[in-house]
Amino acid sequence: MTPRTGGVYGALRQRRLPPEESDMAVILSVKDLTVVIDGRTILEGVTFDLEQGSNLAIIGPNGSGKTVLLRCLLGIMPYSGVVHWASGVKRGYVPQRVDADRQLPLTIGELLHAKCRVMHFPLTELQSVEELVGLTPDILNSPVGSLSGGQFQKSLIAFALLGRPEVMLLDEPTTSLDQLTEERVYELMHRLQQKLGLTFIVVSHDLTMVYRYANQVLCLNRQGLCFGPPKEVLTPQALQTLYGEHHHFYEHHHGS
Amino acid sequence: MTVELAYAVILALGAAFIGGLVGGFALMRRMSLAGDAVSHIALPGLGMALLLKFNPLLGAAFTLLLGALLIWRLETQTRLDAEAVVGVVFSASLALGGLLTPRDDLVEALFGSFRPPSALEFVAAALLTLAILIGLYRWKDGFVLNLFSSELAASIGLNRSQLDLAFSIIFAMTVLLVLRFLGALLAGALIVIPPAVARHWTSRLHPFFAISAIVSVGSVAGGAGFAAYRNVSLGPAVVMVASGAFVLSILFRRRPIPSR
Repeated sequence: MTPRTGGVYGALRQRRLPPEESDMAVILSVKDLTVVIDGRTILEGVTFDLEQGSNLAIIGPNGSGKTVLLRCLLGIMPYSGVVHWASGVKRGYVPQRVDADRQLPLTIGELLHAKCRVMHFPLTELQSVEELVGLTPDILNSPVGSLSGGQFQKSLIAFALLGRPEVMLLDEPTTSLDQLTEERVYELMHRLQQKLGLTFIVVSHDLTMVYRYANQVLCLNRQGLCFGPPKEVLTPQALQTLYGEHHHFYEHHHGS
Repeated sequence: MTVELAYAVILALGAAFIGGLVGGFALMRRMSLAGDAVSHIALPGLGMALLLKFNPLLGAAFTLLLGALLIWRLETQTRLDAEAVVGVVFSASLALGGLLTPRDDLVEALFGSFRPPSALEFVAAALLTLAILIGLYRWKDGFVLNLFSSELAASIGLNRSQLDLAFSIIFAMTVLLVLRFLGALLAGALIVIPPAVARHWTSRLHPFFAISAIVSVGSVAGGAGFAAYRNVSLGPAVVMVASGAFVLSILFRRRPIPSR
């Protein structure tokens, strides 16, 4: 029932990876991941392996456990089963929503500084991340509550990148953005992946972006329903099973 | 100025300084209201200590710590419940304290005084002030990250619950230090008003804390001067100065009023 990775890699993946990343070391191994909250099973027996340098999209209907899965992978909520990261792997996280108080007297630059100091990173780290993401002094000096959605998302990505993680986990990074900004954010992520050879794990609601950028996809509806390269596993039947009758609506939903 | 009076001045200004800083965090956490009421919970401790004839500040410290733990526990509950409980507990403790505290001491317990400290009191309060400053310096970045997003803070390995507890204790101990001068009714005001003034003037973190601390120290200095000059209670004088600064900060605010 539970899908596993075979040794199948799509053509897409071969093209995108920098040559030095071509050894396919497993960076994350998940076995029988199960989460029960208040007697309700949120995740059940989720199992998959992920190679270094992958771009994994996690898709599934609302309430299918995507965010919970991400939080388990980060180790910030209790679960049963095994989540095993290759040793020494650092992770950067961009949550779905940050309910930051818009009134906070705090600029993005100050926020990034705070992380640097807590983690004892040198401030040079900060400069390289700012350049990488394209954070202008204008954005850095803005209070957190005054940024546009795209600027805020960029800032969160910069926050996650501080400390040079090998893996980036993003939870619907473009939910609240218009289509143009959404594409820019995906392009930024794609550029980062190419430049730094990062592994991406992205919860996504947008199948267009999944087809364009992901080389692995995990269909999640409490259980893992499919796992593999999108072109192979995202068959009409698979989407039907995942989303039910209305998947067409879902597919064309973005940008509305 | 006598040595005793100098001690009292040093303690008051030190308490005002950390009050401004700690209040800044309280405002950022949106716990100004609960924070304001925390000082009320000191009164039953004060009253009990006065009845049993031991140092009233020890009694206040005890009940304040209980109050801090209560707020810490409540922060994990739903907001509405928490606010109701805070309201009930703190007004009930004010009432209980009012019954316990001997009549003659009640005005001072409620509104504070500038009574010079004993040598032991001075050393204890100075050490506590220093400990709070060190704690703030040590945890400030953790506090900031945690109040920006507790989930992000957790994702980089910060322990939310620990940070919240550390802040609650720092907050309670700050109230204790301010309490000596401003009394159980008004101590919270010094922690709530200066950061509100600072917020009208800046949207940046460090200037925010700097302005808050300056307004707090200035209010205590100005209020103490006025109280001595007109021979009135210290607490009300200080809080009136701080409130005056608040009104001025509204009239001359630098930060545009947010559209939402």
